[in-house]
Amino acid sequence: MPNKKSTLKSESAVASKRLEVLKTYKIYIGGQFPRTESGRYYIALNQKGKKLANVCLSSRKDIRDAVESSRNAFGSWSSRAAFNRGQILYRMAEMLEGRKEQFIQEMTEMDATRIQAEKEVHLSIDRLIYYAGWADKYQQVFSSVNPVASSHFNFSTPEPMGVVGIIAPQQTSLIGMVSLIASVIAGGNTCVVIGSYPKPLCAVTLAEVLHASDLPGGVVNILTGNPAELTSWLAGHMDVNSIVFCEKDDALTKVIQEKSALNVKRVQLYQTNNWLDDSSQSPYYIYDFQEIKTTWHPVELTAGGGNKY
Amino acid sequence: MAVKKRSNTVRLKFETEWKYDPAPESKNIAQIRDRYELFINGAFVKPLSRKYMPTINPATEEKLSEVAEAGNADVNLAVKSARTAYNKYWKKLNGKERSKYIFRIARMLQEKAREFAVIESLDGGKPIRESRDFDVPTAANHFFYYAGWADKLEYAFPNRKAEPLGVAGQIIPWNFPLLMAAWKIAPALATGNTVVLKPAETTPLTALKLAELIQEADLPPGVVNIITGAGATGAAIVQHPDINKIAFTGSTDVGKLIQKAIAGTSKKATLELGGKAANIIFDDAPLDQAVEGVINGIFFNQGHVCCAGSRLYVQESVYKIVLRKLKDRLATLIVGDPLDKNTDIGAINSKQQLETIHRYIQIGKQEGAEMYQSECALPRKGFFCRPTLFTNVAQSSRIAQEEIFGPVLTIQTFRTEEEVIEKANNTPFGLSAGVWTDKGSKIFNMTSKLRAGVVWANTYNKFDPTSPFGGYKESGFGREGGLHGLSSYVHLSF
Repeated sequence: MPNKKSTLKSESAVASKRLEVLKTYKIYIGGQFPRTESGRYYIALNQKGKKLANVCLSSRKDIRDAVESSRNAFGSWSSRAAFNRGQILYRMAEMLEGRKEQFIQEMTEMDATRIQAEKEVHLSIDRLIYYAGWADKYQQVFSSVNPVASSHFNFSTPEPMGVVGIIAPQQTSLIGMVSLIASVIAGGNTCVVIGSYPKPLCAVTLAEVLHASDLPGGVVNILTGNPAELTSWLAGHMDVNSIVFCEKDDALTKVIQEKSALNVKRVQLYQTNNWLDDSSQSPYYIYDFQEIKTTWHPVELTAGGGNKY
Repeated sequence: MAVKKRSNTVRLKFETEWKYDPAPESKNIAQIRDRYELFINGAFVKPLSRKYMPTINPATEEKLSEVAEAGNADVNLAVKSARTAYNKYWKKLNGKERSKYIFRIARMLQEKAREFAVIESLDGGKPIRESRDFDVPTAANHFFYYAGWADKLEYAFPNRKAEPLGVAGQIIPWNFPLLMAAWKIAPALATGNTVVLKPAETTPLTALKLAELIQEADLPPGVVNIITGAGATGAAIVQHPDINKIAFTGSTDVGKLIQKAIAGTSKKATLELGGKAANIIFDDAPLDQAVEGVINGIFFNQGHVCCAGSRLYVQESVYKIVLRKLKDRLATLIVGDPLDKNTDIGAINSKQQLETIHRYIQIGKQEGAEMYQSECALPRKGFFCRPTLFTNVAQSSRIAQEEIFGPVLTIQTFRTEEEVIEKANNTPFGLSAGVWTDKGSKIFNMTSKLRAGVVWANTYNKFDPTSPFGGYKESGFGREGGLHGLSSYVHLSF
């Protein structure tokens, strides 16, 4: 909405110019785009004080709905072939590439320079490709066949944790959120994401990209709103397996850690990451959201084989 | 209509009650030029040798196109262009960008999958069902898988730096023309090598279509060079002094020649050679499933599969029933037009190969084994062979020892695990094996005792880009596919 403030400059402008159609920014739950059930909104402003949009101020009920659809999507998403998950992540990158101008425009409205915006969008596309590649490889890096002393075939493999709550990095509008979504879903988890509170536009537009990317509804759910309010609901939800927090906010961190103890959530804190740097991408961001499963199976012992060529 | 036999299996009388209407895939999607030049340095160039050779449809014996026959000077040019591309572009490009080029190839191959499948079946004789559902998608998936590795090599080789070898010379066979090209090219590019690839003389077309696709994907010129020719062209690649790596898939005889030819040079090699896989059915196996697996194991791609389960070992107590079921199943196999979607067994790849198979069938009979063939009709033109079983086969028989590379299965029996391990391993080959039993602990005992690079348990002929493939013993060395497939193309430095 670049011209919201200036649309009423003069009568003649109104008469001669085409009136821009403004987008209603919605949230993304279970593959659908509702407004928040609470009906609440907040006005996103840029640094110059320009009004950007009436953004959904999501509620506890929205969190619950999003967790529910995340849980519903988990079974089929986690049991898809890893290769297929990789294909879908790649498709997300393709879609983002095709709509990158829209993101660049939104970022520049939210105070980025065009060069910064281009860099961040390009990096976000490449990061999706990076994790698309990992989808069928991290298992090979983190699995092991364990040479136990008894006659057993024993192996350990990673499996997704389940539903992951992501409080997206608040200072970037796209790259932080994309990095975390990609590593979490590449590993077969589903997620509920709270986008950047001060820079919310790209979170909603990203949902539109995901929606057009063969990604099943519910695998990624994106809410906008105030993390200070929503985080404790997310951290306290009994159907969330893991939660990610990236801000240097000691009080909120403690709330997350305490609430997580309710159902032994795995808490990941990425508070020193520079998401714009390649050091913030690695298979360890997939590993952080994996359980390790070890299987034992007996091996018969017979004669035969042995010394032969 | 079902007719009860005395055995407990039911035989369907297809020839009277049921008839399949022809269901041919359209040829129209296949754009084949009248003549193909050599793909060198990003362009199609006329061969300096000025020679061309025809490539035919083995199902009709009609000429499809003609392709250049690269001579020494052409090989020189291709290697030079690969070397230049290596120094100028590919070595300098970071893994992330290299990765995106390979992803492009994967996606374009998916986009054009049906055309590639039709051409593969036209040029090589394999059933369209296989080229459409297996060869082409698996080839695309291979590019997709290795594309992802290009910027992640430090995780594949911890504590070492993986550096490319340089120029890879790759020689591939006629049984899976496009898939083998993918198996070779994808890991080579992902690790930063450039490529000179030679497809087999009877099946060059899909590799040349791949060359067009690579051109379309805008790869830097010379990163992939595809040159056609026969044995002499392959020999020139092997002997070229500026090639750092030879990757060969083909017969054990040629593999040995290559290993000898590069002796004394610094060339590295991977060899994926012949096989004579044992497929073993224990009496506790789910027999219907096992019979399906045996059929698939030997008749997939007309038996032109290096890992084909060509030696069947059946535990004595279930021998009769397994044989009965096998014969019943054999009767339902449809041999014929590769482009027909109902066809199970297509055309034998070449006249020469058909003669080889016939020769082995004669040898089997002369050695006293008992032959059984299905009664299916064969097309009048083209190269076709009925699915064939041999029973009463001695372990020393040539048909049980040598690779036939056709739809011919030998059947032997055994009593104990020890005995079948002994018999299964009694071969100079060691590419693959199959085990059929309901007992897990027996499976893992067998997989640890069998001297083969791939062991399938209660399944057969399964392939995946993430899964390493390659042989023990005279079936070659090195692995293709998976994380291990990367090792074949890197030098590890500290």
